[in-house]
Amino acid sequence: MTFGRGLRALSIASAALITGAFALVFFYAPNDADQGFIQKIFYVHVPMAIVALCGFVAGGIYGIKHLRSGDRADDLRSYVAIHISLVLAVGVLVTGSIWARAAWGHWWVWDEPTLVSFLIVFLLYACYQPLRFSIEDPERQARYASVFAIVAGAFVPLNFMAVRMAESLTHPRVLSTTGGAMPGEMRLTFLVALVGMACLFATLWKYELASKSASIQLRSLKRRLAGDAGLAPLARSASPQRL
Amino acid sequence: MPALPLDDAGPYVAAAYLVFLALILTYVSIMASKLARIEREIGELSELVERRERASEEQRV
Repeated sequence: MTFGRGLRALSIASAALITGAFALVFFYAPNDADQGFIQKIFYVHVPMAIVALCGFVAGGIYGIKHLRSGDRADDLRSYVAIHISLVLAVGVLVTGSIWARAAWGHWWVWDEPTLVSFLIVFLLYACYQPLRFSIEDPERQARYASVFAIVAGAFVPLNFMAVRMAESLTHPRVLSTTGGAMPGEMRLTFLVALVGMACLFATLWKYELASKSASIQLRSLKRRLAGDAGLAPLARSASPQRL
Repeated sequence: MPALPLDDAGPYVAAAYLVFLALILTYVSIMASKLARIEREIGELSELVERRERASEEQRV
């Protein structure tokens, strides 16, 4: 299986889009009338949050595909999507805290539903890897991880809707039907940043999949050359024995 | 709260963007070290194949 197809073009597109988005942020988008220069954090924080949440949902969708087909490649896709989303989620929490400190004077506000709900989603997915690697049998590991990915993936949009319905205390609602009236320059900058972040996610996803696929193929070759007795099985790895 | 002046807001904005870049760079460097390991293992595998081929040639001779 070739996961690396189109990786070069995707990498170039991601680098160009992210660089373009940053250039737009600092040289094109106007300062926010209310928050001033500090609002520039919005263009990295919000796209990262949206892409991380979509990545978690994608992990669930690949989990469904894995359970339906039994194809271990789908389990690997689910695992990598969740892994990269977790990395982005760390970024969301840290950049959000920096923004909160600058805008509200606090690193964290516990009675704000948006912040706390994202932390709950993050902590939920932080359990994914310990659950996965606590199971030795690779088939059972993949099956349980897929079930987890599906349940947690379904929780993400439900959680999002619940937060939208809750009354916000301090955190603004940006992409609402009534409150999303950003000026054209800000909207364009935000959209470029969002597409750039999505491209970056796809690049890293394919990059890690290609790396894991190469590693699996290499191990399989080694096994064939050295004989099965020469190598220990991949008990606690997310990588299947073969693809 | 009123908008922070540029001098005060600048470090926060810089910190947020640096966090993003640091995360991506850390991720890419971890992946690069994994790729280096794969490359090293491919080298070992090639050596093993060469040794086997030499041994089978010697047996034929």
